[in-house]
Amino acid sequence: MTDSQWPLWEVFTQGDHGEPFEHAGSVHAVDGEQAMQNARDVYARRGEAIHLWVVPAAAIVASAPSDAGPFFDPGNDKPYRHPQFYKAPKGVKVF
Amino acid sequence: MMPNPPELASGASAEAARDVAREAAFDARIAAGESIEPKDWMPERYRKQLIRMMSQHAHSEVVGMLPEGNWITRAPSLRRKMSLIAKVQDEGGHGLYIYCGTETLGVDRHDLVEQLLNGTAKYSSIFNYPTLSWADMGVIGWLVDGAAIVNQTILAKTSYGPYARAMIRICKEENFHKRQGYEIVATLAKGTPAQRAMVQDSVNRFWWPSLMMFGPSDTNSPNSGELRRWKVKRKTNDELRQRFVNLTIPQVQAVGLTVPDPDLAYNATTEDWEFGAIDWAEFNEVVRGNGPCNRERIAARRAAHDNGQWVRAAATAHAEKQAQNKTEAA
Repeated sequence: MTDSQWPLWEVFTQGDHGEPFEHAGSVHAVDGEQAMQNARDVYARRGEAIHLWVVPAAAIVASAPSDAGPFFDPGNDKPYRHPQFYKAPKGVKVF
Repeated sequence: MMPNPPELASGASAEAARDVAREAAFDARIAAGESIEPKDWMPERYRKQLIRMMSQHAHSEVVGMLPEGNWITRAPSLRRKMSLIAKVQDEGGHGLYIYCGTETLGVDRHDLVEQLLNGTAKYSSIFNYPTLSWADMGVIGWLVDGAAIVNQTILAKTSYGPYARAMIRICKEENFHKRQGYEIVATLAKGTPAQRAMVQDSVNRFWWPSLMMFGPSDTNSPNSGELRRWKVKRKTNDELRQRFVNLTIPQVQAVGLTVPDPDLAYNATTEDWEFGAIDWAEFNEVVRGNGPCNRERIAARRAAHDNGQWVRAAATAHAEKQAQNKTEAA
């Protein structure tokens, strides 16, 4: 009989209605149902969550820190996407 | 002859040059106060030191369940029993948070657990002392968790992101541990002469081991320099120890107890409670495996692991069956 530690699942918690899900940590579990129970016992013992997501860690595709520069570059050189880029007539409250 | 441009330099020297450049960039990030994340490049020493520190920390949480679990069935009231069960469950959770954090450095939890079970892993020496009376449950919550909070509050600002985030979560929960411990201590200190004697005896036994929890003195701490430079540790062992003593002595006095240190004295200039010499020979003996309970703790941990084997096997079998049923139904 093998003594496996089971696959890794990443846990995301939603703290309250309307809030985004946040990464809380990870658990090992044999399947989704057990991952959900383990996540509750490990990351929500004090009402920290009203909803949980558990995701097989292997299914997550993440950006690589080494490529972060060129990867995000297209968004970094477009100041005209920000309101501060535009001039408004003096004395007018635009915001 | 012209030197090779870096991209043409061959083999090992190019790799070494790249490492120097990467390490300089890494040091600059640390200096700028950035947090290091799992997929970021990091020096091998940084990774190794963090694996060492974090796994020892995780093991300490797990072994820390044992001295307290010992008293669950003997708690004096239902209220105390509920608190103690919750605290012990928290310690298990803390172990899991930190094991998960350690796994982000590229190790398997399975291997770490194996090291704990085969006796090669280190954990906090405090858990190798026996819990002889109910008062020990109060004193452990108050002093041992209190010392852990001092340590972990600073670790919450450590440079490795997953460790820092685990510490923030843990600190919140440890505050409950400390308060429930201090409540037990204060209650016993106001109790019958026998209860007072019991809690004083417990403080006498746990005071010095609690001070040892901060690790060797700065003059004899081989890993400190490097860990400070990388902002893994933001304060030295001695600074944290002093902070703990300064915080704790007023709490000792408030409940009319004393600590077993004839040299304890308040220094009005530095505003520090100066304490006597720590018995490092004892500390080293316990770390080396010769404390009162080292063997008992590991034996208990092994038995728990072995006795849980059928549960893990059943969970695996259940999941396989569920998956099979799903395939057949499809």
